[in-house]
Amino acid sequence: MKRRNLAVRLTPKEWKARWKEIHPPLTAAEALVEANRCLYCYEAPCIGECPTHIDIPSFIRKIALGDLRGAARTILSENPLGGSCARVCPTETLCEGACVYNRWGREPIRIGLLQRRAIDHVFDERYEPIPAQEREDGAARVAVIGAGPAGLSCAAVLARLGHAVTVYDGRKSAGGLNRHAIALYKATPKYIDREVAAIRKLGVNIRREVKVGRKPSVADLLEKYDAVFLGPGLGEETRLNIPGENLKGVSAALDFLDELHNREVEKIRVGKRVAVIGCGNTAIDAARAAKRLGAEEVIVLYRRTRGEMPAYNHEYEGALAEGIEFRWLVAPVRLLGRAFVTGARCVSMKLGARDRSGRPRPVPVRGSEHTIACDQVIYSIGQRSDIRFLSTIEGLKTDRHGRVVVKGETMETSVPRLFAGGDCVNGGKEVVNAVQDGKVAARSIHTLIGGSKEASHA
Amino acid sequence: MPDLTADLAGIRSPNPFWLASGPPTNSEYQIARAFDAGWGGAVWKTVGEPIVNVSSRYSSLDIGTRRMMGFNNIELITDRTVEDNLREVASIKRRYPDHAVIVSLMVEPKRETWHEFVKMSEDTGADGLELNFGCPHGMSERGMGSSVGQVPEYTKMITSWVKEVARTPVIVKLTPNITDITFAARAAYEGGADAVSLINTINSITGIDLDTFVPRPAVAGKSSHGGYCGPAVKPIALHMVSAIAADEGAPIPISGIGGIERWDDAAEFILLGASNVQVCTAAMHYGFRIVEELRSGLSTWMEEKGFETLDDFRGRSVNAVTDWGNLDLSYKIVASIDWKKCINCKLCYIACEDGAHQSIELVRRRGEMIPSIKQDDCVGCNLCSLVCPVDDCIHMVERDPGRGDTWKSRVSAGKA
Ligand SMILES: Cc1cc2nc3c(=O)[nH]c(=O)nc-3n(C[C@H](O)[C@H](O)[C@H](O)COP(=O)(O)OP(=O)(O)OC[C@H]3O[C@@H](n4cnc5c(N)ncnc54)[C@H](O)[C@@H]3O)c2cc1C
Ligand SMILES: Cc1cc2nc3c(=O)[nH]c(=O)nc-3n(C[C@H](O)[C@H](O)[C@H](O)COP(=O)(O)O)c2cc1C
Ligand code: SF4
Repeated sequence: MKRRNLAVRLTPKEWKARWKEIHPPLTAAEALVEANRCLYCYEAPCIGECPTHIDIPSFIRKIALGDLRGAARTILSENPLGGSCARVCPTETLCEGACVYNRWGREPIRIGLLQRRAIDHVFDERYEPIPAQEREDGAARVAVIGAGPAGLSCAAVLARLGHAVTVYDGRKSAGGLNRHAIALYKATPKYIDREVAAIRKLGVNIRREVKVGRKPSVADLLEKYDAVFLGPGLGEETRLNIPGENLKGVSAALDFLDELHNREVEKIRVGKRVAVIGCGNTAIDAARAAKRLGAEEVIVLYRRTRGEMPAYNHEYEGALAEGIEFRWLVAPVRLLGRAFVTGARCVSMKLGARDRSGRPRPVPVRGSEHTIACDQVIYSIGQRSDIRFLSTIEGLKTDRHGRVVVKGETMETSVPRLFAGGDCVNGGKEVVNAVQDGKVAARSIHTLIGGSKEASHA
Repeated sequence: MPDLTADLAGIRSPNPFWLASGPPTNSEYQIARAFDAGWGGAVWKTVGEPIVNVSSRYSSLDIGTRRMMGFNNIELITDRTVEDNLREVASIKRRYPDHAVIVSLMVEPKRETWHEFVKMSEDTGADGLELNFGCPHGMSERGMGSSVGQVPEYTKMITSWVKEVARTPVIVKLTPNITDITFAARAAYEGGADAVSLINTINSITGIDLDTFVPRPAVAGKSSHGGYCGPAVKPIALHMVSAIAADEGAPIPISGIGGIERWDDAAEFILLGASNVQVCTAAMHYGFRIVEELRSGLSTWMEEKGFETLDDFRGRSVNAVTDWGNLDLSYKIVASIDWKKCINCKLCYIACEDGAHQSIELVRRRGEMIPSIKQDDCVGCNLCSLVCPVDDCIHMVERDPGRGDTWKSRVSAGKA
């Protein structure tokens, strides 16, 4: 085949309809009714399930009482990226999953959407609920590596406490995966840019297109600043390591999604029939995106079964409802095609003994090779630490998965004055976990470094 | 951020939110928790010769899914000894010097006994005294509480006994179980009180168990009338506060109490002249933590309105309350339904048809019958907009801004 078999181009109208927000915002009236439904539980379980421990009943009561600024202040004081989290958090498994209404046979309070209501309100009226404090004595100078959720959270908390923060990011726009990967029907790059702008207004200096490594090195930054926060996220997607993976039409999910976030989406064409390899949340995001871009068929290939898939159940259900097909117990062994990919040669698997991850290991079934025809392959089989960058940092301790080792209560690494958090520490979780890490690190930088400076100045 | 500092007759507190005398202020443990949560002050549970309380003490009025819209109790004053209470008052005052701590007193009507209690209370370092002339049950049968508050002469007399020895500000807590609250306020003022606080609870029976025929709360097959409070009493309290604020016969600072559970309730009391507010039922319902939303909400509203201190708006609505005879008879509003918001429940229609002035008709629109205001018939009573379940769906639209044609002006022109 000479030409690639591409899906038909969507009209702008189709485009809009397919990419509309998955959880549209509540109207003012809806938010009021929803907020008044909250029981205002004491020691509410939702707080415990929020990794940043926002005082949820309090902010909801403030919404119920018409105090949206106060609600936003409550949210942002624990979660500086409250607006992002309101959009992208898997609330089904976090706060909303813990709501006592679930046990009462009623729909849980829509905490995510209420949170969004409060933050959108102060954004729209350009009101800053927690302005940066003035601090002359005892202000620390802090460098933050990576303008992802972890780095931005750390920067915002430090700036509010009056410290001078410079954030370095290798990319053109700040925001990290939140800006370059997260499903567009949850949060748009436009929104993330707005959130970043609000953080810059706190006095945070963001230096884009500066990749830390050689020059400047982390050692340089440690010399220049009182403390450094490390929030580089993870490295590239693990490669398939099978023949044919360099064919045209084959890409890592992160690259595919990155293009979607940084190009005029209308220009992006997908194959008619798309095979997605892997069944984590990134794979599902890529599959749902391919479908929205017009692919007629999207097939997710996974070497284990639904029971072992790393994706959230609600993401899987969503994909299924959108017409995405799942094939369990298949693994590609070779990608076929001359210039463009035309298919995947696969083997069937069966589940064997449990491996180190505690999941049953998939074992190939002999003689089960078969071909799945497709016009595009997107793979997402895991992301690893950016070992290349981390290994430039002398004395930095990492575990056997390449994750940076920290003291949980302070987020200090093995290198003095170097703190870390987010995906580089937890191996890849959610935005909200990165935000919590950044906040904890900021608070400990404030007490350990800022505080000691204050003392020495006194 | 606005400054929430409050001042009642010289008693300062970091914010206007005080806990009213009641179960939440029964002990040092509780008040410490309350101050830690952010309350600005507390009036200790009324101290006097300790009493014995009954078991089964409260009942409530629930409306729909809303619990404790109204709350009723048959509890008396403290059942702890005077010594225990006052020792803890002294301790809390030492621990929280910037918070207002007030001792509430209810003592037998003897001058020496009052003198003795006043001295003991002030020795604790408390910031002021509140005389409980309001409790409507139990204590009144013993010649205390509302049996004092209901007789202006007694109120004045006991207040003046207290003032003979008191060194700190004296607040007289008024009972609403009286025809005209201004008489009680004047009596307190004439007795030398530095402030009044109101309202205490209202005589009530919240309901009857239809199987046993005994009202709630039942104590071994019998009940007694109790004291009513909670959100349901706020309108009564607001009126009484406004009456005193507007009364030239009693120019005295006011501590507003009754049904306060939201920040806007507090704003309303302050707009009607209160210097601070006290809360009991809402703290019993949700715990001390509600003060977070009270402070935040009040502060946001003040910020939005450009008010920097409570004095910037205190009393601002007092003059907006006037005699009916001063209202403009030529002012005219009519109802207007926003059809885009209307869900066609027809509640407005039936309310006007049966309960008001037959000014809503059903008209055919897009194949269904929907309510429409007969603008020439509408008298502008507000009923439809009050029953409408959808926010901002029925608006009252001004037709005539008025020409100052009041009933009083008509009378003086001989036209009434
Ligand atoms: C496809 C996809 C979908 C996701 N969907 C969700 C979701 O719906 N909800 C959710 O909560 N989470 C989701 N996540 C996870 C979430 O995006 C991450 O957990 C989160 O972004 C991690 O934040 P971080 O700050 O640790 O790292 P990142 O977001 O990866 O940010 C790291 C930043 O550091 C910069 N950087 C890296 N190295 C250097 C260097 N040497 N010098 C300078 N800058 C550097 C990078 O350019 C980047 O901007 C998703 C992730 C993916 C991949
Ligand atoms: C259970 C209970 C006990 C009370 N005890 C006292 C008391 O000892 N002394 C007093 O002055 N008022 C007492 N009150 C009245 C309250 O202080 C307050 O005036 C009244 O409840 C109205 O306020 P609220 O609507 O916020 O509850 C009591 C109220 C309740 C509900
Ligand atoms: S609240 Fe319940 S447990 Fe507590 S004293 Fe009253 S009846 Fe007993």
